[in-house]
Amino acid sequence: MTAETAISVRGLTKKFGTFTAVDHITFDVFKGEIFGFLGANGAGKTTAMRMLCGLSIPTSGDGLVAGCDINTQSELIKSRIGYMSQKFSLYEELTVAENLSLFATIYGMRSKEFAGASENLYDELGMQSMRNVRARDLPVGWRQKLAFAAATIHRPDIVFLDEPTGGVDPVTRRRFWELIYKAASEGMTVFVTTHYLDEAEYCNRVSIMVDGQISALDTPAGLKHKYHASTMDEVFRTVAKEATRGD
Amino acid sequence: MNAAVCIEGVTKRYGPVTALDDVSFEVAPGELFGLIGPDGAGKSTLYNILATLMRPDSGRAMVCGLDTVRDYRALRTRIGYMPERFSLYQDLSVMENLRFFASLFGVSVRDNYDLIAPFFGQLERFPDRRAGALSGGMKQKLALSCALIHRPEILFLDEPTTGVDAVSRSEFWDMLSTLREKGITILVSTSYMDEATRCGRIAMIDHGHILDVDTPANLVAHIGENLYNAVASDMFGLLGRLRSMAGVIDCYTFGATLHAVVDDRFDPHTAEAELIRLGLNDTRIYPAEGTIEDLFIKLTRNDDR
Repeated sequence: MTAETAISVRGLTKKFGTFTAVDHITFDVFKGEIFGFLGANGAGKTTAMRMLCGLSIPTSGDGLVAGCDINTQSELIKSRIGYMSQKFSLYEELTVAENLSLFATIYGMRSKEFAGASENLYDELGMQSMRNVRARDLPVGWRQKLAFAAATIHRPDIVFLDEPTGGVDPVTRRRFWELIYKAASEGMTVFVTTHYLDEAEYCNRVSIMVDGQISALDTPAGLKHKYHASTMDEVFRTVAKEATRGD
Repeated sequence: MNAAVCIEGVTKRYGPVTALDDVSFEVAPGELFGLIGPDGAGKSTLYNILATLMRPDSGRAMVCGLDTVRDYRALRTRIGYMPERFSLYQDLSVMENLRFFASLFGVSVRDNYDLIAPFFGQLERFPDRRAGALSGGMKQKLALSCALIHRPEILFLDEPTTGVDAVSRSEFWDMLSTLREKGITILVSTSYMDEATRCGRIAMIDHGHILDVDTPANLVAHIGENLYNAVASDMFGLLGRLRSMAGVIDCYTFGATLHAVVDDRFDPHTAEAELIRLGLNDTRIYPAEGTIEDLFIKLTRNDDR
């Protein structure tokens, strides 16, 4: 039996002039999986992720993301995925309720649908009393919860998290990972990048990009075994050392 | 010998927000001193005060024996400051940026080149490239070179490794060790707890409060908690079960294992048997060594985040 795939790409390549940012990458991400997408700065992670999210058309190669062709259905992809990054994920001047409503509208939810979904969300998040608080006035832990809720309000098949925990304190970082676990246990596929290598241990499988290619891909246990390492930190250092193009 | 940095009761408010609340600590000459805390802890505010760019509401800060408010002019030539946000002129080339910073301080690039050579060397290959067109790691090296070109006594680095991968972070810390050997005092902030161990001493900061100041080894030795590792194939299930178990004060993920903070009521063998009985068949529980991250979690456990 083969598991269903949420993401499946073959020979995905992106060139900028003579520079090959992403060089024939091939991999599958299974439904409900937490997939860690690691790599050094400049390895091509962001470029690859932009293609998967329908923001950039590949130079060559094929792929399906949430059942959509990345070459021909990039607009459809955007409605079936969620996206969150540490750098930008909320409108600071808008309230909790306004942020959620805006994201729901962007993702094309009907207002009735949104009303029902948001009631449940406030309860689930424990944020009933915070509806009218501006995003910028929320403590960091609440902001992250809200940003995740906004990115997944339309119940996407896949959520892409781009360094969601950068600069965040250890306690909040862990609470955020519990949200990820919960979403994955409910069937959502989670595609996440991070520079915190303890977080790589929390993923079902992890890939490591070096110089535009995927140099390693396996479960954390499998990678540690292969590279005779006791932590993912050691694995990363060993694999990333092969890089020649520098960042 | 006088302290390189002496901070006494510094408080800074932005409207209703207290960014720094009665902060005091000292940094000795030649130290590689870490300021460890998450975003929003008050690190950048403290740097702005030490770099003479902002006045504290109360308290005072002395750097190189000079008052950061009264003696700001004299002080500015003796410190190097690399802010969190990219501080270079994007439209100037690599060499133009370096020459510009040198001329601001009235020094020549050649006289102080030895100090920056170990990391500026990699930039020499493209002296005419605009700073804005450099990659993240190269920008970081150029910014560090510009902060050092006037041979400051003290270097203030505000989150130099945020968003930087593990290998490049490690290289950056090697550079800092080299500078320290040349006698430069370094105050560096980070939100990566693992970088704390590269410092001689650290101050842990959160919500404008200094939580503790000491060597990383002393801090870890004094955590004073009973700590166990716990593993099972269903880690998320194990986390939930352990949290509701008697004698478990806290339980959180820690890389490939969970860390459980426990009191006297907890017995690892009994707990292991109980968890196996509950269906977590391959549970193993064994003693854990504490780290700076465990300490940070302990010190901030009761905060509302």
